Amino acid sequence: MSSVTGVSIADELPGPDRRHTLGGDGAGTGRLGDRLFGGAAKGAGIFVIGLVSLVGAFLLWQALPAIADDKVNFLTSREWSVDNASNLRFGILELLWTTIAVSTIGMLIAVPVGVAVALFITQYAPTWLSRPAANLVDLLAAVPSIVYGIWGLKTFVPVFDPVQSFLKDTLGWFPLFSDAGISGGSTILMVGIVLAIMVLPIVTALSREVFAQTPVTHTEGALALGATKWEMIRVAVLPFGKAGVISAAMLALGRALGETIAVTIILSTLAAGSDWTWSVFNGGETFASRIANNAGEFDSPAKTGAFIAAGLVLFVLTFVVNAIARIVIERRKAFIE
Amino acid sequence: MAKRIDVSDLNVYYGAFKAVEGVTMTVEPRSVTAFIGPSGCGKSTFLRTLNRMHEVIPGGRVEGKVMLDDQDLYASDVDPVAVRRTVGMVFQRPNPFPTMSIYDNVAAGLRLNGVKGKKKLDEVVEKSLNGANLWNEVKDRLAKPGAGLSGGQQQRLCIARAIAVEPQVLLMDEPCSALDPISTLAIEDLISELKSQYTIVIVTHNMQQAARVSDQTAFFNLAATGKPGKLVEVADTQKIFNNPGVKATEDYISGRFG
Repeated sequence: MSSVTGVSIADELPGPDRRHTLGGDGAGTGRLGDRLFGGAAKGAGIFVIGLVSLVGAFLLWQALPAIADDKVNFLTSREWSVDNASNLRFGILELLWTTIAVSTIGMLIAVPVGVAVALFITQYAPTWLSRPAANLVDLLAAVPSIVYGIWGLKTFVPVFDPVQSFLKDTLGWFPLFSDAGISGGSTILMVGIVLAIMVLPIVTALSREVFAQTPVTHTEGALALGATKWEMIRVAVLPFGKAGVISAAMLALGRALGETIAVTIILSTLAAGSDWTWSVFNGGETFASRIANNAGEFDSPAKTGAFIAAGLVLFVLTFVVNAIARIVIERRKAFIE
Repeated sequence: MAKRIDVSDLNVYYGAFKAVEGVTMTVEPRSVTAFIGPSGCGKSTFLRTLNRMHEVIPGGRVEGKVMLDDQDLYASDVDPVAVRRTVGMVFQRPNPFPTMSIYDNVAAGLRLNGVKGKKKLDEVVEKSLNGANLWNEVKDRLAKPGAGLSGGQQQRLCIARAIAVEPQVLLMDEPCSALDPISTLAIEDLISELKSQYTIVIVTHNMQQAARVSDQTAFFNLAATGKPGKLVEVADTQKIFNNPGVKATEDYISGRFG
């Protein structure tokens, strides 16, 4: 997933004894091995930067002509009819809403639960339990998303549907919970919950790392003042880990925004021209699932361009979310040093 | 305030390892008692049993009795959290809470105790900072982070934080070892002032410091590495430094070992 950016967890987490690498010019000796390795490393770096730039350029190059031909406003329209190349009508409003809605629901569940699990593992669990528990949560990340999709559709949705019906009946007067006429329960809310389970390991792993780094002097200071365990966590552990938790949430959000196959499998698509509704009990399509649902029909450049334009928006969205995560991490670094 | 500490036959364990053995001593109220001895002899460990902070380390437990006036600290119905609210502690490295302002650091203990009123908090914060000889230096920047102060100021901030909750006893674990000589002097002066209100126990590696600030000195030693630490001798500071009763004490304070 682009959102996790292949950066190791250790790299995300500046600790108190994080040191600078000896990267000055004086560190190179000019010997053959040094020059070979230096050249290879530099080459790899340039290659990755080049690759990302090319992906961006490709998206722009393919999407811009289609957007120029678009007969409706690309950002504010809900229409999506791209079969007639001379009358392209497509807008991303509904995709944007669905993408953000499922990701937000996922975050609202995953962040508190993930933080709670991390606190349990680092502060409450006995030593013999904390490592297996941590590994078990990490294992959730190893489950392929297609498996989450099938499990969500076949097991989770039928089980959870009665709860959903209950919510619909009792809170239906509120627009967010109104009945949108989706049967079978494959709604935005369901997808959000499945996404929450999928991103839980990211939130947990990163939060666990920062909580475990809380300096003993801080926790002892709190305990010596007569803090209970929970008060110690509130006074020492949570403030220390706050920025780390925020960046963990951002990385998880990046993953949720781009999740494709589980969303495609679970979420009911809507018929063209359905009425707009704010309800989380509606179906819909995210950027990723709309592209996946139509991937077999990219037969004309104009049509392909429309889908690539949607992909471009998703690219920008995840890029912004990751950039915010980076900035938060950087600010935390400045705070610690 | 200020209570008497009575320790009898105390053994301290970490898991199966016996760290300190057979300590019996009395600390009078409104006095300063210094613990001296070579590194690893168990004086910090013993100090931490006086407010049950050693239990924070997995496997930490004791056998024996610690009485605070007529209350047994290790009775089964005593909550360690309540003990720590009565017996305050200052650590080796100044440890103000980094995300909190100077004001909030001092108020932290009170807030944990459920004190809310701003007027009451203002009053106690000023009183505690005054008590720690820090008020004049920080009164114009109470909202600034506590971590922005110098090392010596941070340590006095930690003392202010500890005395804000009005403990009976104040434990200090090498409070000056991370400080320069001038800050050390400021802390020592402060200890002499605090003595009028609190029972103070201080661990120190600095013999002159023990001689300067304490009324009573306890010398700890261990027979060999891996053996438990023991209380060798406890007596008036004058006596320990001028006329020690045990040869090992004399060797240690005269610098012949340790």
